[in-house]
Amino acid sequence: MDNEDVKKIANNIRRRVLEFTIRNGGGYLSQACSSAEILATLYTKLMNIGPSIAPKIPPEFSGVPSRYNKKYFSGYGYNGPKEPHLDRFFLSPVHYALVLYATLVETGRMLPEGLEMFNKDGGTVEMIGADHSPGHELMSGSLGQTLSQVLGIAMARKRKGEVGKNWVVMSDGEFMLGQTWEAIETLSFYNIDTVNVIIDANGQSADGKIDTVNQIEPLRERLESFGAVAVEIDGHNIQQIVDAAKIPHEKKPLFIVARTVPYQCIEILKKRAPKFHYIRITNEQEREELENFLRERFGGENA
Amino acid sequence: MKLEARVHEKNLVKWAADKPEVVVFSADLTNSTEIGLFKETYPDRFYSFGMTEQNMMSAAGGMAREGFTPFVHTFAVFMYRRALDQIEMSIAYPNLKVRIFGFLPGITTPGGASHQAINDIGVLRTVPNMTILETADATEVESVLDVAQSVDGPVYVRQLRGQIPRLFKEPMKLGKSRILSKGNDVVLLTSGIMTEEALKVTQVLRRSGVSIEHLHISTHKPFGDDAILDAIEKVKYGVITMENHTIFGGLGSSVAELMAEKALGKRLVRIGLKDTYAHGGSKEYLMKYYGLDAMSLVKAVENLLGQKLDIDEDHLEEPQIDQVEQIIKAEDL
Repeated sequence: MDNEDVKKIANNIRRRVLEFTIRNGGGYLSQACSSAEILATLYTKLMNIGPSIAPKIPPEFSGVPSRYNKKYFSGYGYNGPKEPHLDRFFLSPVHYALVLYATLVETGRMLPEGLEMFNKDGGTVEMIGADHSPGHELMSGSLGQTLSQVLGIAMARKRKGEVGKNWVVMSDGEFMLGQTWEAIETLSFYNIDTVNVIIDANGQSADGKIDTVNQIEPLRERLESFGAVAVEIDGHNIQQIVDAAKIPHEKKPLFIVARTVPYQCIEILKKRAPKFHYIRITNEQEREELENFLRERFGGENA
Repeated sequence: MKLEARVHEKNLVKWAADKPEVVVFSADLTNSTEIGLFKETYPDRFYSFGMTEQNMMSAAGGMAREGFTPFVHTFAVFMYRRALDQIEMSIAYPNLKVRIFGFLPGITTPGGASHQAINDIGVLRTVPNMTILETADATEVESVLDVAQSVDGPVYVRQLRGQIPRLFKEPMKLGKSRILSKGNDVVLLTSGIMTEEALKVTQVLRRSGVSIEHLHISTHKPFGDDAILDAIEKVKYGVITMENHTIFGGLGSSVAELMAEKALGKRLVRIGLKDTYAHGGSKEYLMKYYGLDAMSLVKAVENLLGQKLDIDEDHLEEPQIDQVEQIIKAEDL
């Protein structure tokens, strides 16, 4: 697939998330703006994964995991089967769930009808992705735990002689967390080179701009000093994402700091600065504005 | 009574010999949690995480997802306190087979409040999918491995280290209390090191005419087998619980919940830490200072009976377990 087609997928992801944001009176829209190219590139060009083995329309919620729940369903199957030679995918900031669901639709892994179940009671297509949500495998809503869980998975896969890579999408806000750095020092200690992380460095967290909340920069230098191979790129440039993923990182984990913009391609959000974490539609004028933008930029709702 | 040294250390190595799926995780307390010999014997199955307990817990979840069984070792406080969110979301929620070995229960360490796990059972009892076991002697320290490994889900083991007595001959069984004596004046439920402490005085009490049904508890969750219910149902004066833990959330609370739900309207006296942290000191000193010792049990019995028993510290004796177990065995036959 050429980069122009990936770009189209990225913009279709944005369009779908914008639709749902308008419909629901709010949503994690800026995360779609910032991460659309990252997810689109991962699913179309970077990850060596098989076709979905999950139902095209996600099942109803069938209970949380327990030794008594025989009907338990995991959402990992949308990323293909677990095979020794295949890659695995893990989304860490799972409030990006809608962006991932839209990606699954745009890459033919889930039907648009599945997206209609978004945030509906009794469903699995939840607002904050859980282990049973399409494309998800871990419980990641408490930020900062995914990288350590993937560390454990990568260690186990190494024990089993598996060669598939383990891809993680993280947000830069997660680099405020001590556990993230504990995981990186341990990845480094065990020379684990099967973990590739792409950081959606949109500079935003719930309270606003990260640099008004805490200090995580310089991120690339910090990552390098913790023993990772780290590279900084424009996270909206598909070729840069592809090239960054090819950087050799023998015996070290790879971290791609993808600098992104929280209103990329939906520029009318820019005036909401510094608050982008959750786009809330509070009046009719805001709704109309977004509807007009959806029509003019993306040609209205998807068919 | 003979004490045995570093029982877990030797036993784990022997037990894990034919279990390649078992891996051991350490958080910079390898010798303090008796896994040094495991590290030497099976270096390939030993993972050092350093002091990254949160990271270690999540990684244990990750590894369990891939079919291995991490046996995570460190001091209990650094797991259920420092890494509770990770235990919950990375291990308990997905119901993964991780065995969490928490050392230094209650006042078994002179390390003070930072090192003493006084509310681990209470905290972890509220965690769905979690099974909770506690060991009291060398036999339980050994047999708890099979019990833990039989559970399809996460298990927390309140484990003992160092010099420990061998009280029991029979291995621990999941969800089964041990009947150490039969009686109908008072039901006494003890767990962990409190069983040994109670045994210093239960025979003395019996000789003073108090009929005691003494049950030893090693499964805190799931809790409540028939032996417990039967004993409480028929008891005359009331129930005493004795735990190396705060009286909130642990054994005393489990028994109170059970009695309330089964409408067993009997008195209950809970021996344990009375909503307080402890401080650093020897086990013997701390047990006496915080009212966890055998003489506190005498006072509790006196309280239930409404009479003085004329027992003092000079009357205390070595735990007499062999004789007791034989009596029960004969009854079983």
